[in-house]
Amino acid sequence: MFSLASLLERGFAHGIHPPEIKERTADLPTQRMPFMDRYVLPLHQSLGAPPKPVVRVGERVRRGQVIAKPAAFFSTSLHSPITGWVRGIGSRRSPSGDFEQAIEIEADPFATQRLDPTPRPDWRRLSLEELSAEVQRAGIVGLGGASLPAHVKYSLREGVKIRYLIANGAECEPYLTNDHRVMVEQPDAVLKGIEILHTLLGVEETIIGIELNKPDAVAILRQRIGRDRPIRVVPLRVKYPQGDSKMLIKSLLGFEVPKGVRSADLGIIMNNVGTLAAIADWFDNGMPYIDRRVTVSGPGVSYPANLLVPLGTPVREVLRFCGGLKEETREVLMGGPMMGTPIASLDTPILKGSSGILAFTARETARPPEYPCIRCGRCVEACPYFLNPSKLARLAQARLFDEMKRADLMECVECGSCTYSCPSGIPIVQLIRSAKGSLYHRKAKA
Amino acid sequence: MKQRDPRLLVQPSPLLKQAMTTAQAMRDAIYALLPATLAGLWFFGLGAALVLLASIAGAVLTEWVFSPTETRRRRLLDGSGLLTGLLLGLTLPPAVPLWIAFIGGAVSIGLGKLIWGGLGYNLFNPALVGRAFLGGTFPGAMTTWTAPASGAGFFHVYSSNLAPPFMQAQYDAVSAATPLGLMKFEHQPTPLLDLMTGNTAGCIGETSGLLLLAGGVYLLLRRDIDWRIPAGILITVALFSAILYLVDAARYPGPLFSVFSGGLLIGAFYMATDPVTSPLTPRGAWIFAAGIGMLVVLIRVFGGFPEGVMYAILLMNAVTPLIDRYTQPRVFGTGVETK
Repeated sequence: MFSLASLLERGFAHGIHPPEIKERTADLPTQRMPFMDRYVLPLHQSLGAPPKPVVRVGERVRRGQVIAKPAAFFSTSLHSPITGWVRGIGSRRSPSGDFEQAIEIEADPFATQRLDPTPRPDWRRLSLEELSAEVQRAGIVGLGGASLPAHVKYSLREGVKIRYLIANGAECEPYLTNDHRVMVEQPDAVLKGIEILHTLLGVEETIIGIELNKPDAVAILRQRIGRDRPIRVVPLRVKYPQGDSKMLIKSLLGFEVPKGVRSADLGIIMNNVGTLAAIADWFDNGMPYIDRRVTVSGPGVSYPANLLVPLGTPVREVLRFCGGLKEETREVLMGGPMMGTPIASLDTPILKGSSGILAFTARETARPPEYPCIRCGRCVEACPYFLNPSKLARLAQARLFDEMKRADLMECVECGSCTYSCPSGIPIVQLIRSAKGSLYHRKAKA
Repeated sequence: MKQRDPRLLVQPSPLLKQAMTTAQAMRDAIYALLPATLAGLWFFGLGAALVLLASIAGAVLTEWVFSPTETRRRRLLDGSGLLTGLLLGLTLPPAVPLWIAFIGGAVSIGLGKLIWGGLGYNLFNPALVGRAFLGGTFPGAMTTWTAPASGAGFFHVYSSNLAPPFMQAQYDAVSAATPLGLMKFEHQPTPLLDLMTGNTAGCIGETSGLLLLAGGVYLLLRRDIDWRIPAGILITVALFSAILYLVDAARYPGPLFSVFSGGLLIGAFYMATDPVTSPLTPRGAWIFAAGIGMLVVLIRVFGGFPEGVMYAILLMNAVTPLIDRYTQPRVFGTGVETK
């Protein structure tokens, strides 16, 4: 149990309190999205190398069949979400607006779309390398936001002993409720995923961190854990960005991960609760990662919902299933309102990392007039990484990128707390992002 | 059912934003000053109102004239010029000639703000730049005080108010000394109740301690100002003067007198807290505030002037970039022990 005192001392410094706006979908059970007739699956759905296609145009594929295999260790598999025929492999418009290699699949309208589960090996007998290979085979990526191939985390540096497994159920982005629904609807899958990793990684203790605004998830997980298991559920203050990995470690374990150090090297592995459930699904049901839980919400959506959407479904169809966009919609984001990506076209497909589809109206997209920075320090008091965002923004406007690097630009996780808190309406995190992009391009050219 | 897609923006996230804006913060400060302003008018009459108007007119007109046409509207609407003019007016003696008040407003904005590059770029508090200019240029007019009339003869305009520009002003009102002047030169204390209500001689808006405090609390509750700055200033002044008072109660004023007399409250809550000219970080704010508090007492007690708030704030404004340099936040995950 937690006391008020432990709540007060727990947690990370700074951060912001945006409105949560989760109430429209928090209690809506996840619905399965019906199958469509066409799916577009971009190959590049995670960090690292895109997988290589292993199917040809015209070939028949089953739901759950591998259609692209990892090109490297830092790469993961891609499976067909649908039984049907490969109709094209080539460049298609990606969410970023660029053209990217994608596989297009036409559904067979007469197929049952049932998954034929291939039995998976008994996880208890696996070595750590085999676990990593299995997770890569399942095509699972970290569902928390960055879409890092999940298996990468389980290949440990020599001599590292994992002390803590942290299940991240903070879900601090406003609007989003898909992690919440996983915990409430599939607590046993989450706990099974924890059990697998806990056992194979030889973890001492597992901690599930959940923001206090999801009391039902805390209660149900505590109830299912029962007694005498080395798993703790810790309710956390509702504060953004509680779900950031280093902030969550600070909140749960009480120390700062030193700059430039990977938490795994300190003996900490963190996974999103959805990722854990996906791992359990693979070992229990042979289910690869082909269905994504998506929160569809925002003031531009008529009937908000939590949906289980096959990968590659166009956003247009997802929105149509939710009653269509309201006429006053001005912008659609993939992901949360703080860190999500705007999409240019409703043809954009759902990806492995699409946690939300949020539609906004002019009320939210309108930018107040931008005033000069009055050095009020609100961004400094918001930045969870203790950077000086006002300085970074000033340097970015002057295109002094090297100067920015010296001001710890690379420590910025782009959570957006600075832009949120700026009374002068300066797009601070946007400036920082574009500066990072310029540095990246310059490095790529050199 | 075929539906046309809406034209979508691809404006990057975050799309959420807290409601406070810079213009709103300026408006809040003006609202917070209203009670003390009205009290000043009650005590000093219509003449004081004209002084405020002249100072605001000088500030706003200067902003208007020297702003590029395309940004003019926005600059005026952000309210910072109006606030500067009001703050300057409140720190002027009620019987000051109107043309001097007008020049003060113009200098505040011109030399205090615009010449630096406008809002956000100035090193010194604009209103105090204007006041320092007037103090140096018109020392007589800036130190001739009138006793409060407390509503009697509210419609009275001091004849010195209407003095033509650059002419010697005729003072008609009974000239009086401020509580700080009485203390410094005659070792004569003023009743605390008068200091709190504002029933003393002094600048138009600085005398009513309680109303200034109420407005300050409003700004604190709205989270418009950094609480550390007024807290740090008041604590330092109270502590420092308490020590002196304990040393020699006959020569030095007590802490409550020090806090409620002169321009300390208006300076601590409305001028030192100007975000542009105060440090960025909490640690810097404490240093800044403590520096102001020390300087105020030093100037008042050991300096040549009875009042030192203006120079204390201006001096600390000058070292703010230095304070900022040495109080940058510690980047997460550096300089800490880890398990």
